[in-house]
Amino acid sequence: MLQGGGGAAVLGLAMAAGLFKPGRAWAQGWNKAAFEVKTLNDAVKAMGGAPPTESKDITITSPDIAENGAVVPFTISSKIPNTESISVLVEKNPSILAAKFDFPQGTEPWVNTRVKMGQTSNVFAVVKTSDGKFYYAPKEVKVTLGGCGG
Amino acid sequence: MADPMKIRAAMAGDKVEVKVLMSHEMETGQRKDAKGAVVPAWFIQNVTAQHNGKTVLSAEWGPAVSKNPFLAFRFSGGKPGDKVTITWTDNHGDTRTDEATIS
Repeated sequence: MLQGGGGAAVLGLAMAAGLFKPGRAWAQGWNKAAFEVKTLNDAVKAMGGAPPTESKDITITSPDIAENGAVVPFTISSKIPNTESISVLVEKNPSILAAKFDFPQGTEPWVNTRVKMGQTSNVFAVVKTSDGKFYYAPKEVKVTLGGCGG
Repeated sequence: MADPMKIRAAMAGDKVEVKVLMSHEMETGQRKDAKGAVVPAWFIQNVTAQHNGKTVLSAEWGPAVSKNPFLAFRFSGGKPGDKVTITWTDNHGDTRTDEATIS
């Protein structure tokens, strides 16, 4: 734990000193490429997968209409066997990928979090299984006040 | 150093449900200040949760996670009195670790 923090601090300093160019991945595995792309297929590709298959076994629970795009609550769960990770993607945000959660064995493939939405958009929940297959489920969420502007 | 997280870990049936509220700006890098200058991105990138030294959840976040992030998840194998530890690291390399006892 301390070691990880120290490493990150050193990396932070190294970045501040210009030793690492932006664009290089760093710190405990943060998939920079996946956080820069704009489409579902590109995000899944950046996570190492082929275009995902739609699945009814992924459940997205969220408001249909979000009054405040700065804080849109999502609960996502997967009934797909061997679910290894769940990602939350917002199609019309500047970058599509919002967050990725990895579930070791013993942790339920269920997560509840809050994300920003700049405007009304499709939201995709993407599941990766331990054999490297990707699945997704879509849901449209209408936003009356965007969460990315000033 | 950032403010402490609020962590609640409680038995929910045979699982432990953990709820975490972190204190962080989660600045997107898209906003401009009053002078029109872009406010640089500043956000949590990695989150790890551990129980008895075993990772029970890890996450990678972008700046689209809401300010003062909330996270809830459930894992098996915990019991009342055990500790759950949450650590985050942001894109400045700042990090914070907090602990809660399962009730």
